[in-house]
Amino acid sequence: MSELEGGFESGAVSVGHMLEPRDDPSMTFGQRVKQFAPSAAVLVGLLLVWEFAARFLSIPAYILPAPSAIIATLIKKWSSTLQSATWVTLTEVLIGFVLSLIAGIGIAVILHAWAHVRRAVYPLLIGSQTIPIIVIGPILAIIFGYNIVPKVILVALICFFPIVVTTIDGLASVDPQLKRMMKTLYGTPWSTFKRVEFPAALPSMFSGIRVAATYAAIGAVFGEYAGSSNGLGYVMIQATPQMQTSLVFAAILLLSLISVLLFMLVSVAERILVPWAREGRMQ
Amino acid sequence: MTSEGAAAPVDDVTGISVSHVNRSFGSVVALQDVDLHVSRHQRVGIVGPSGCGKSSLLALVSGLDDPNSGDISVLGARTAKERLDRCAWMPQRDLLLPWRTVLANASLPLENKGLSKAAAYEIVTPLFERFGLAGFENRHPYELSGGMRQRVSFLRTLVAGKDVLLLDEPFGALDSITRADVQQWLKSALDEEPRTVLLVTHDVEEAVLLSDEVVVMSPRPGRIVARIPISLNPVESRREAVTQPDFIAARGLVLDALEA
Repeated sequence: MSELEGGFESGAVSVGHMLEPRDDPSMTFGQRVKQFAPSAAVLVGLLLVWEFAARFLSIPAYILPAPSAIIATLIKKWSSTLQSATWVTLTEVLIGFVLSLIAGIGIAVILHAWAHVRRAVYPLLIGSQTIPIIVIGPILAIIFGYNIVPKVILVALICFFPIVVTTIDGLASVDPQLKRMMKTLYGTPWSTFKRVEFPAALPSMFSGIRVAATYAAIGAVFGEYAGSSNGLGYVMIQATPQMQTSLVFAAILLLSLISVLLFMLVSVAERILVPWAREGRMQ
Repeated sequence: MTSEGAAAPVDDVTGISVSHVNRSFGSVVALQDVDLHVSRHQRVGIVGPSGCGKSSLLALVSGLDDPNSGDISVLGARTAKERLDRCAWMPQRDLLLPWRTVLANASLPLENKGLSKAAAYEIVTPLFERFGLAGFENRHPYELSGGMRQRVSFLRTLVAGKDVLLLDEPFGALDSITRADVQQWLKSALDEEPRTVLLVTHDVEEAVLLSDEVVVMSPRPGRIVARIPISLNPVESRREAVTQPDFIAARGLVLDALEA
């Protein structure tokens, strides 16, 4: 997983932070604040430098708007443009993400259960990832039009791969002794899958899902670039030639928030579904 | 869960019978011409140096593996699949599922058999009381000590209701104080729930203490080189047991056979 997670260091500060090894659930609120304090301080420092640079180095607003100007634009354009755009993109991200979960876990389970299917399909699956996702956008737009479908497919395409890989890994790395034990305790292949293999694969699966959550917004934006009539990617494409740079930044901020929200949703689901992994006692 | 729980008609006299069994893995001969006969509800300890094929022998008896040649019969069952139906296997690691409570772990064999969770819990809960585990039902394995986890693992093996228990160094991972405690517990559990037991162990005292007969195996290729019947006076505590002359004599015989 580390090689997949490594690609996200440029993401939003809080997301990068949460990709680090799991925090200790026994921490008090004060300790949590302390844990986040350094990255929050760096963020605030950067924003201050940015604000002063934009104001006092007479950088034109169409090149680098100040953070305060971005927030002002965000508020001013919220009800006219950004609200509906955020809603459209959020919908695309969520539907695409759920689709990728179903497809990713489903494909992984099938490939795990049938070794000959895995041998036939898995190399192709890995090979398919060499196709830059951005070139698929226009093709999907030609096939499905400017509606939500190509965006949802792009999100799902971008997200499903880490889920497939980590789920297959998780299913394959189940302790063989556990499977032997199940055989002597009346375990059938199905009951072994249900009661041992699938739960054992969950922690690994979730590390893929967390990575996928940070990819999802990218897929939606690519889809909107390829052809759309609303959404944050559409807003960015419209605002750029009009030199409305602060609007572009406002859209980026909202996209980051969508990513953070999705990531937090996944983390909460993980806490609920995989409480034992936090104990670090998977023998 | 009763000792009659095992499927199919059971041959009362022949418990486990292993004749002329050979098993190789590639060029490595793990077991060579092994003969072993265990009558029903007898407890046999198997000791031998590391790598002598003790665990391979258990895998063969359990039906998880088949020999290259020779015959194995477990209560009359000869095919691997039938043997699996009659044998429960317990390895050194407790292999409890961390996502299940202790009660749900012990209920696993019944759920695998098709019972509902509720029905399985109803059967297993009273056993917690009987085997000194009451109050731990809803804990998770990581909240328990190694000794307690091993007891739960054994209870799960027992719940399977199979006539033959194959214990593969069940206490090997425990410290010596805990081990003495769990040995005593196992002995009384088996007195209450008689089973045909094959116990593989490194620990000669453990073998003598828990078995009716100790079988000594040679270094690879594994063969059976000695059979030492054990008869100890029934005593209250492990401490009394290990100090009686019969115990010391039997232990000496086993050690002699190991060093021969």
